Amino acid sequence: MVVTCEQVWREISNYLEDETDSPLRAAMDDHFRTCKSCASVLAGTRNVVALYGDERMIEVPAGFGRRLEKKIAEGVRGGRAGWSTWSTWLVPVAALLLIGGGIRLANSLTSNPPVKSPLAELGHDIPPDMPVVVSVATRTFHVAGCDFIHNKDTVRTMKASEAIREGYVPCVRCLRKYLSAAGSPAGVDAEAITADEALKDGDGD
Amino acid sequence: MAEPNVIVDNPEPAGDTREQDLIACVQRGQHELFYELVRPYERRVYAAALAILRNEAEAEDVAQEAVLKALANIRQFRAESRFSTWLIQITVNEALMRRRRQRTRAVESIDDHRDEEGEYRPRDFADWREIPSEALERKEVRQKLAEALGSLDRKYREVFMLRDMEQLNIQETAETLGISIASVKTRLLRARLMLRDLLASGWEQGWFSHPPVGKGNKPW
Repeated sequence: MVVTCEQVWREISNYLEDETDSPLRAAMDDHFRTCKSCASVLAGTRNVVALYGDERMIEVPAGFGRRLEKKIAEGVRGGRAGWSTWSTWLVPVAALLLIGGGIRLANSLTSNPPVKSPLAELGHDIPPDMPVVVSVATRTFHVAGCDFIHNKDTVRTMKASEAIREGYVPCVRCLRKYLSAAGSPAGVDAEAITADEALKDGDGD
Repeated sequence: MAEPNVIVDNPEPAGDTREQDLIACVQRGQHELFYELVRPYERRVYAAALAILRNEAEAEDVAQEAVLKALANIRQFRAESRFSTWLIQITVNEALMRRRRQRTRAVESIDDHRDEEGEYRPRDFADWREIPSEALERKEVRQKLAEALGSLDRKYREVFMLRDMEQLNIQETAETLGISIASVKTRLLRARLMLRDLLASGWEQGWFSHPPVGKGNKPW
């Protein structure tokens, strides 16, 4: 197998990541031995990765750590610790429900599945009959054809009202127009899906 | 090429029981230990915020907010991901939200989801001397590197920062930015090659006498 300089440049990042298959890697090794230019590109690229990967590249402002520690201490004293964001709005909402005496309403809420992504915005004015799609092991409903649909082989179509009833939340990309800060729980933004959730789902923005 | 060629993901020490113990303690309510848990990563948290916001005061503010958010959600942390990755991802989310709120670069944010067509061709094939690690002790060198990184388009800078500075793997980088793995690879390749060209020309021309990298001075 022989590779050209253009192929080498195209694959050089994968080469460094060890994501080239064995024949390609061997061909690139041969190429580097004979092509001074590509050897230079490789050496330079490796230099770039090494330099920027060095911890010393990251400089923080003087006193950053001290201020961060103080902020955390204030957060602990202020009761933010261990008090997840959704709890901060869930409790007032629950209190309102109780004050309203809406036992029927409360029953209807408890009979629904919980929202699959408690930190995401629930949306507003979404046409209940609008056809949307959901897929297995995700938390978000989308307009058909959205690029951010995961597990596409498991997609099923339903009405928006059904998706909401099942606990899905609107996609922040294809259903953005139905999202706004006003429609979200206090202090929670549309994209405020935690990294933990993002890792599990990937539907977030 | 006898030297090692492969970038290895930078895992935290296997079985870092000290960190696991700290996480467990904080999750059980010893919140005063949280700073001890995040201290090893505080520089990376700040760097992630700075790479996105490009403003030191904003970056510090977001870094603090992100750490507080991590503390508030510590019970949701599961050991299947690294704590540092989780923390960085929260920081990136916070920084991206902050930037969206500022709404200053709406047009670019749309463009940023498209990868450029065509391939990036390296421009400079001069022999690379290895830049000694000690060079990073010099503030001027770090400044030049930061300027070069800052001159990249946002979409390249963010991928490069997460993969090569924050040491997230390709998949984690894709998940954090909400882009495909293929896009991460394309952007990472371009970012590395562009930085290489920038640094090569700067190094050859005396580095410190090289004018700051600016918009009119981009080689691409």
